[in-house]
Amino acid sequence: MARNIIPIGPYHPLQEEPEFFRLHVDGETVVDMDIEIGYNHRAIEKISESKSYDQVTFLIERICGICSTSHPFAYTNAIDDLLGVQVPERALYIRTIIGELERIHSHLLWLGLAGHFLGYNTVWMWAWRYREPILDIFERISGNRNHYAMFKPGGVRRDLDEADFPWIKKTLKGLLPKFDMFKGAVMDDPVIRARTEGVGVLTKKDVHDYACVGPTARASGVAIDVRRDDPYAAYDRVDWKVITADGGGVFAKAVVRILELYESTNIVLQCLDKMPKGPIDLNIKDMPVGEGIGRHEAPRGEVFHYIMSDGGNSPARHKVRAPSYMNIFSNKKAVIGETVSDATIILAAVDPCYCCTERMAVVDCKTGKKLMDGQDLIRLSQEKTERLRNTRTIL
Amino acid sequence: MSLKLKALTKSIWVYHLSTGSCNNCDIEILDLLTPRFDVERFGIILVGSIRHADAILVTGALNLKTIPRVKAIYDQAPKPCVIIAIGACSCGQGIFAKGYNTPEPVDSLLPVNIYIPGCPPKPEAMILGIVKLIQKLRGKK
Ligand code: SF4
Repeated sequence: MARNIIPIGPYHPLQEEPEFFRLHVDGETVVDMDIEIGYNHRAIEKISESKSYDQVTFLIERICGICSTSHPFAYTNAIDDLLGVQVPERALYIRTIIGELERIHSHLLWLGLAGHFLGYNTVWMWAWRYREPILDIFERISGNRNHYAMFKPGGVRRDLDEADFPWIKKTLKGLLPKFDMFKGAVMDDPVIRARTEGVGVLTKKDVHDYACVGPTARASGVAIDVRRDDPYAAYDRVDWKVITADGGGVFAKAVVRILELYESTNIVLQCLDKMPKGPIDLNIKDMPVGEGIGRHEAPRGEVFHYIMSDGGNSPARHKVRAPSYMNIFSNKKAVIGETVSDATIILAAVDPCYCCTERMAVVDCKTGKKLMDGQDLIRLSQEKTERLRNTRTIL
Repeated sequence: MSLKLKALTKSIWVYHLSTGSCNNCDIEILDLLTPRFDVERFGIILVGSIRHADAILVTGALNLKTIPRVKAIYDQAPKPCVIIAIGACSCGQGIFAKGYNTPEPVDSLLPVNIYIPGCPPKPEAMILGIVKLIQKLRGKK
């Protein structure tokens, strides 16, 4: 069988981050795919071990610029878990507001890029234009359009000003008709439907097999959402629902994201109304020995952070698992069998974020064989335990 | 100032090169093209191929895996080519300076013409940076 390889990347006009796909095609059909990532690896987990707990929030914010609050969110959840403290109520509401505003801007960003991939540059321009008011809100709250630096262990860094609330509410409510417009543009447009419906389908089983998270899973009818399943911050104090769709294709993923725009706006508006007055920070001074885990439902799915403390000033171990790490492998399932022209939108449909995902493996250049991967490390660890056990018995 | 370089200032076509960034500078660059800032008004457009580019917008801290690729891309660029370093990461190495995977700053590999610091720089700052660059290339103060 004649097979051709289409390389995409590492620098390609379609992508804003460097990553490399190798599509094996037979005629028009994609028969196999390789993903090569690692162009964004910046040693964040290691650098984190040299920063103080407070500084780490600035570092992990820079894991990813699009969902720059989701990592601090999960990290502060992990620290709160480690300390076993209850963060002040007002801080919880502020965290929720920032988290949801970010979801709105991230979903709009995806919608724009997806439109761009499909050849609908108008959708791109619209979506990014209506993303600007959200960035304005961030700028008003935190002074920066992105990388808001709002989170800190035990609370938040800045308070929201009550005087801004009417303006924030007005801006958000002003966006709702625009969301309606997107909903109409995507759901009623026959061409977009034809390009996306039933394309790159992941079944429920695939989702379970590949352990997908976030909108990628919810679009296949799997209702998982950390915000509901393991409530944190103020998510259990407001009224909202988990959006799911059936179909599992690109269309379903777009629908889930568009409907989530409404839910997020709803959550922010409720939080602004319900937010109590009070302190915003616990002023944590000591870090006990221990470990903590924290999760957050980022725009792309569940982010997981693990912190191990040895009582010192910086984490002894910091482990990050970003949602794209789970989701991008499902591309392999979704792309194979589809045509080349659909491949880009399918690859984009999980809203991959490679800068979150980069991992390191030690590879022997001569043989190209991976010297260590997760399995090997587990094996090494098991062997070590075994050795120790043996020496014990000898002694 | 060579004539070629002077001609280049009329409408700068830029190529975007992310060398291992957090994405935010890249997003803000794309933001420049969307309706609020719309730099196409000034003849600045983003091109898909380095061979069409007058300027390279470099973002991110160089890492071991991207260094050879960045070199290859710079070699393919038609000269003269202006290098614009965007963001703290590519101006210095930002927060990633001490990492094991980020050995050298961008300006040790590429001849950077102008630095636009910020993490990320605001789109207005990027526009100002490009205006200053054009003035510099034209020999104005
Ligand atoms: S300068 Fe800041 S925003 Fe830009 S790539 Fe680096 S960390 Fe991200």
